[in-house]
Amino acid sequence: MKSAYDVAGHRPEVSPAFDVAAIRSDFPILKQIIHGKPLVYLDNAATTQKPQQVIDEMVRFYSQYNSNIHRGVHTLSQRATDAYEQARAAARAFLNAKETREIIFVRGTSEAINLVARSFVRPNLSAGDEIIISAMEHHSNIVPWQMLCEETGAHLKVIPINDRGELLLEEFERLLTPRTRLVSIAHVSNALGTVNPIRDVIRMSRKLGIPVLIDGAQAAAHLKIDVRELDCDFYAISGHKMYGPTGIGVLYGKRQHLESMPPYQGGGDMITSVTFEKTTYNEIPFKFEAGTSNIAGAIGLGAAIDYINGIGKEVIAPYENQLLAYATEMISAVPGVRIIGTAGEKTGVVSFVLEGVHPHDIGTVLDQEGIAIRTGHHCAQPVMERFKVPATARASFALYNTREEIDALGRGLHHVIELFK
Amino acid sequence: MNMLNELYQEVILDHNKRPRNFGELDDANHRAEGYNPLCGDRVTVYLKINGDKIEDIRFKGSGCAISTASASLMTESLKGKSLAEVQELFKRFRSLVTGKGGNGEKSEMGKLSVFQGVSEFPVRVKCATLAWHTLQAAIEDKTGTISTE
Repeated sequence: MKSAYDVAGHRPEVSPAFDVAAIRSDFPILKQIIHGKPLVYLDNAATTQKPQQVIDEMVRFYSQYNSNIHRGVHTLSQRATDAYEQARAAARAFLNAKETREIIFVRGTSEAINLVARSFVRPNLSAGDEIIISAMEHHSNIVPWQMLCEETGAHLKVIPINDRGELLLEEFERLLTPRTRLVSIAHVSNALGTVNPIRDVIRMSRKLGIPVLIDGAQAAAHLKIDVRELDCDFYAISGHKMYGPTGIGVLYGKRQHLESMPPYQGGGDMITSVTFEKTTYNEIPFKFEAGTSNIAGAIGLGAAIDYINGIGKEVIAPYENQLLAYATEMISAVPGVRIIGTAGEKTGVVSFVLEGVHPHDIGTVLDQEGIAIRTGHHCAQPVMERFKVPATARASFALYNTREEIDALGRGLHHVIELFK
Repeated sequence: MNMLNELYQEVILDHNKRPRNFGELDDANHRAEGYNPLCGDRVTVYLKINGDKIEDIRFKGSGCAISTASASLMTESLKGKSLAEVQELFKRFRSLVTGKGGNGEKSEMGKLSVFQGVSEFPVRVKCATLAWHTLQAAIEDKTGTISTE
């Protein structure tokens, strides 16, 4: 059997400045043996692994200063509040928001989108109004809008994509009307890896005064994000897809929007005073953080941001792009493979189908080799429909992946072919 | 590769590649559709039931090797069986793929025993049972798509 780089005739160079061995040693889970083989974790678009630094920060919180935040006068509460608010400041800098109060802690991108749907869009939405999404959205950026449309009689419009999995901007322009109330679109597609031209989307929407929400779940670990330069109205990220814990994410919103929006949920911490006659809501961001927050999660997310910053996205992005190029070459060279999603600009994801072998069977065979990939519709059934496949196999990459792991994937795919030939 | 060879036995690979009784059944008097939303597998089972006997059975659909081979082998083993025998076989099949059956079960199941390897792969149990659940729905004339979820 030939390895992919024999087939291709050369190996693309990977930046020597990037010390992937040192990075891998930060992630304890990667040392594991699965079915007798070293773990090759290529399911990073579903969730990334966590470095020891993030795990340690969360353990430190629970073992040294666990307490509730914001109203405690005792020392531990003060420490916890400081750490929580420091994480908010880190998130502000990570997204380059203007003010920390524009940073709302949420459970993740799904909750962020639901928050915008309920508190920003719903109050001003009437029958006949329109919301625009794209054909490559994750279910979490489809279903909340369908729910609003069902309630109000508004219409959901979908920007079509071409056979490479790229957004058709000229079609988008035609969809924009005076009835458009919001454009909500993924920065990076989880199923295809496409990096969308969100600058153009925002500029075109802005001209007509239409607000834009960017689903940044798949972008946060890979691309530099600058919400002020983008001039988007909302931007949502999930901690667990960027080396942080699950159950925590961030919604960025422009201050003037957040201030005018009603709260999303009622509860403690989101109020300044409550009587049975009248409740006065707290200021932003607290107005949107009802109940005791995921304090450890926020602290873990802050540590994940510090971890990414410590390496630098300017170093991470080129390394990951080289990995993606290498993986694309390797997987394309496997006989019978069709890559789903071949956009000019991509990050982190190779989705593919293999002639005569169902993705589920690919996933099972690879798992026996210690290789974790995703198989299925990736919570993006309309994308599968668009490409006329019931499911795909998806390898997705993070900063700790190596060329050797991609070679292992290539060998695994050849085993699949041998087994099903 | 031992567990894999147990799962993907020759018979299974063969039925995946060349499924038997594949296609619509023109004079079917029962049919049902099954769907596994996790992997997108779809199967339609067509039955011709005469009295309490399965006179003919065919299927169509698309899915992974386990679900395709399971549907194919199911049709082969059920032709001519009574509905009571079908229920008994389904019960045994379920025990087999979930690892709850004894070796006694295996010896009485003929070709279907090749699915024993599935019990080592709990996430694949639904692939193996999709066709059987759909068969059950066809017998009971349930309308709508039967989901594994």
